[in-house]
Amino acid sequence: MADYKWPPADKRALIGKRISRLDGPWKSSGRVKYTYDINRPGMLFGRMITSRYAHAKVTHVDTSEAEKMPGVKAVYTFPTSSEVHWEGQEIVALAAETENQARDAARKVHITYEPLPYLVADAEPAKAGAQFTKEQSARTTGDVAAGFQQAEVTSEGRYGVPVITHCCLEAHGQVTEWKGDSLTVWCSTQYVSGQGAEYSTGLGIPANKVEAICPVMGGGFGSKFSADAWGVACAQLAKKAGRPVKMMLERDHELMVAGARPSMYADVKVGAKKDGTLVAWDSQSWGTGGPDAQGGGPALPYIFRIPNVRRKHTAVLTNIGPERAWRAPNHPQMCLITMSALDDLAAKLGMDPFDFFMKNIEITGARSASYVEEMNIAAGLMDWKKKWHPRGDKASGPIKTGVGLSIHTWAGAANNSNCAATIHPDGSAEVSMGTQDLGVGTRTVVGIVAAETFGLPLEAVTVNIGDSKYPPAGASGGSSTIGGVSTATRCAATDALNKLFAQVAPSLGATPDQLEAVGGQVRVTANPSKGIPWKQACAKLGATAVTATHGTDRTITSAGVGGVQMADVSVDTETGVVRVNKMVAVQDCGLVMDLKTAESQVYGALIMGVTYSLFEEKIMDQQTGRCLNPNMEFYKLAGIGDVGELVVHMMTGKGYDERGPIGLGEPPVISPGAALSNAVANAIGARVPELPLTPNRVLAALGKGGMA
Amino acid sequence: MDAFAYARPATLSEAIGLLGSSWSEAQVLAGGTDLISLMKEHVDAPARLVNIKGISELRRIREESGAYRIGSLVTFEELLGHAAIRNRLPALAEAAAGVTSPQIRNMGTVGGDLLQRPRCWYYRAGYGLLARDEKGQPLVPNGENRYHAIFATEGPAYFVSPSSLAPALIALDAKLTLHGHGGSREIAAAGLFAIPKSQGDREHTIQPNEILTEIAIPASAREWRSATYEVRQKEALDWPLATASVALKMDGSRISAARVVMGHVAPTPWRSAAAERALEGKPLNEETAAAAADAAVADAKPLSHNAYKVQLARVSVKRALLAIHSGSPS
Repeated sequence: MADYKWPPADKRALIGKRISRLDGPWKSSGRVKYTYDINRPGMLFGRMITSRYAHAKVTHVDTSEAEKMPGVKAVYTFPTSSEVHWEGQEIVALAAETENQARDAARKVHITYEPLPYLVADAEPAKAGAQFTKEQSARTTGDVAAGFQQAEVTSEGRYGVPVITHCCLEAHGQVTEWKGDSLTVWCSTQYVSGQGAEYSTGLGIPANKVEAICPVMGGGFGSKFSADAWGVACAQLAKKAGRPVKMMLERDHELMVAGARPSMYADVKVGAKKDGTLVAWDSQSWGTGGPDAQGGGPALPYIFRIPNVRRKHTAVLTNIGPERAWRAPNHPQMCLITMSALDDLAAKLGMDPFDFFMKNIEITGARSASYVEEMNIAAGLMDWKKKWHPRGDKASGPIKTGVGLSIHTWAGAANNSNCAATIHPDGSAEVSMGTQDLGVGTRTVVGIVAAETFGLPLEAVTVNIGDSKYPPAGASGGSSTIGGVSTATRCAATDALNKLFAQVAPSLGATPDQLEAVGGQVRVTANPSKGIPWKQACAKLGATAVTATHGTDRTITSAGVGGVQMADVSVDTETGVVRVNKMVAVQDCGLVMDLKTAESQVYGALIMGVTYSLFEEKIMDQQTGRCLNPNMEFYKLAGIGDVGELVVHMMTGKGYDERGPIGLGEPPVISPGAALSNAVANAIGARVPELPLTPNRVLAALGKGGMA
Repeated sequence: MDAFAYARPATLSEAIGLLGSSWSEAQVLAGGTDLISLMKEHVDAPARLVNIKGISELRRIREESGAYRIGSLVTFEELLGHAAIRNRLPALAEAAAGVTSPQIRNMGTVGGDLLQRPRCWYYRAGYGLLARDEKGQPLVPNGENRYHAIFATEGPAYFVSPSSLAPALIALDAKLTLHGHGGSREIAAAGLFAIPKSQGDREHTIQPNEILTEIAIPASAREWRSATYEVRQKEALDWPLATASVALKMDGSRISAARVVMGHVAPTPWRSAAAERALEGKPLNEETAAAAADAAVADAKPLSHNAYKVQLARVSVKRALLAIHSGSPS
């Protein structure tokens, strides 16, 4: 049995170092092709015609005029188009010679609707009505009544997060091209290896007749696993026309239909003893997840296993748009609700929330020791003890400052990925796997692991990913990629190396298990001076390369990470404008593969977190059932001047490294909402109950007893 | 976007000759930061676009005949680069600096700022300037009106004037020159704006066959002290939630004359005579500023979801006045 263990710290040449991503120069110079950049010979442009209604029967679709429009080569009617459940739902697609011809023709498709009742509000269940609600889960642990009797201090509040969208910088979409009965799809996807099955289901062709290609992508955040109705439509158009078709979502369509993160609201009562010991929790929560109420009730309270808990959740069925997984599904919502309620309770107890959280850290379970370390490091980086003050900044003038904190967790267990590692006689080395790089550094990490294993510089290894012709890899969801791709690569590269050692060993007068590959040499471990350069070693392979394939190895990865975040804000109490001064994120993810891309993940999560905390909201009009802000103007996102100073600290070394690589993509985006909301409460002395923390809401909170 | 004819005249008279008697016949293209979006969304569809960027005389800033004369094609960045405007007309410079995104400051023009269409999301979604549904019912009063008007809310228009520069230009008593078939006419800056009363009316008084050519600010404006304050939620691309431009003429330590104009609060820039009265004859201090700010919003009648904007408008007026106060050589 080969030894796949990760090298110890003193033997790591690349792993855990600060390494720039391989695709950085390609992207910054514009050389790399995103899906939108793909142009095939004879390619047509697809365009969708979508519902203007939030809910309606489609009584008639007339495409005859559109079909006669200049340049139109194919028209496709979506099979689900007899009833539409949200604005923007696809009804017809067509393909034409030019983008403009497709747009003009789309306006000649005539659709008759019979409007049906809809709900596009984040309404409370009682206001939504029975037709639009579905009780989902109720659960009691311990004895809640007895728990609240024990409680010496209780706090009650309502907290909530609205529906937001994924707003991927690169919209959803694809280019499809047939060669006989084989289909090639250039698509922006989080699951390259799974697209065969996706298109197979949609088109009734064998999965192995589909090649999916996605070398780089501009974000998915959980919204890009499926081929989607438009992917299948694009392939159907290409088939009908006998020509390749490109069909990317327009920005408005992207914001309407390509992913709505469910809202979540809760009425919470939470109690503790005077010393801060948490004893009881009671919550009624509700949220919208589209018209079908998928998912399930939230696991409230979040992280803190309070002994006596009662929770009930009701799903509100809406026509706001289809729910899709959004970076750490449910966690940012559960975190905001829980950490806000606990912060309010700490204020009633007269405790610094840092001390209050530490007092209860034991009931966070397996990660409690890491949380203690992380809390202390974060407090140091934020200068928490100096900055924190009891609620309501007493400084004169309208600008008040405050700090808030939050903790989070995520599993991040490895997906099933397969890697083929090859060493060629000329000394070149390559690793291939059908994984994808969502923009996070996966390609770079695969290269780092292979190069580390071969004892070569990163540039010496060719990394082939982003194509379904390579060995299958899992979907990049749930922060599962790193555990899958890094262990599969480690194992495959080790196996390939052992095959090389078998060829080289006789010439070094050793057995294969006595060799190592370090610093561009193959040498005898016990006698490092006895070695030959890598290239010379590979030449001993003769004419035949050595290849090894291996899957995920769960013995060298694990699951379960934690993080602590702290926010420092200034609030203008006359205007309600919140400015982020500083955010601190302390995060663990087991063995860090590339410190630079790991930190970048956390920076990105903080920026996304500031954005959803202060700005993002899918604004729906109840009268028309339509989205009012499907554009980058009123679907507000933070710019660089809005995010403040960001400080990231990755936990490394003992207690972390030996756990192997664990997923990092999602966890750091969970806490910003709670940390910022708590910081605002600390600054102004009042809770702004819902995100985003807009001037409107901040002023309303101040009117209810703040210190305007 | 519908197909359209495109013309790039080299002279003003040629340009005027290419305009028509209705907006659907022809429209003027300058920076293009607004009109192109409207055309892409089929909110507007002129048959001809008359690109005036080749008319170089409209691109100058001059100090001549007792006025600062700003060509309508001058960009925000060019305005900000002009020392006299920066130093002598702070209300205007601050308003221009507030325009977010370097792209818009580089491409957008002074004339375009004044003539851009409202950002009302119902208007932009195709419900017309008065934002009415298929049955003719107004959508704004019972809809999402968080960014809408707090003045003149008796209707029928509820959008807010999006111009960044208009409140400052009105506070500085600017005049606008409009060129048409029969020659030119000069109007007060405030006269460019009107509240539409029926479907089909525009929010500007300029005619389809006229071109805004010049903005003239009297040189005497430099004897006034001025400032602009904007409340905005974001540093990056965004619209202000409320703004105020104020200009004060001082007589020793007392205010002898005042102009107070709010932006993003009504279908037109919104001048407050009550605030001006509250200032005139008084010394400029915190108390006067607060009283004038209260007076400025006393008549506000917010819609269902924008009462907070009353507070923002009040703070804008107060802070604009205090900015003058703190800059005063007292």
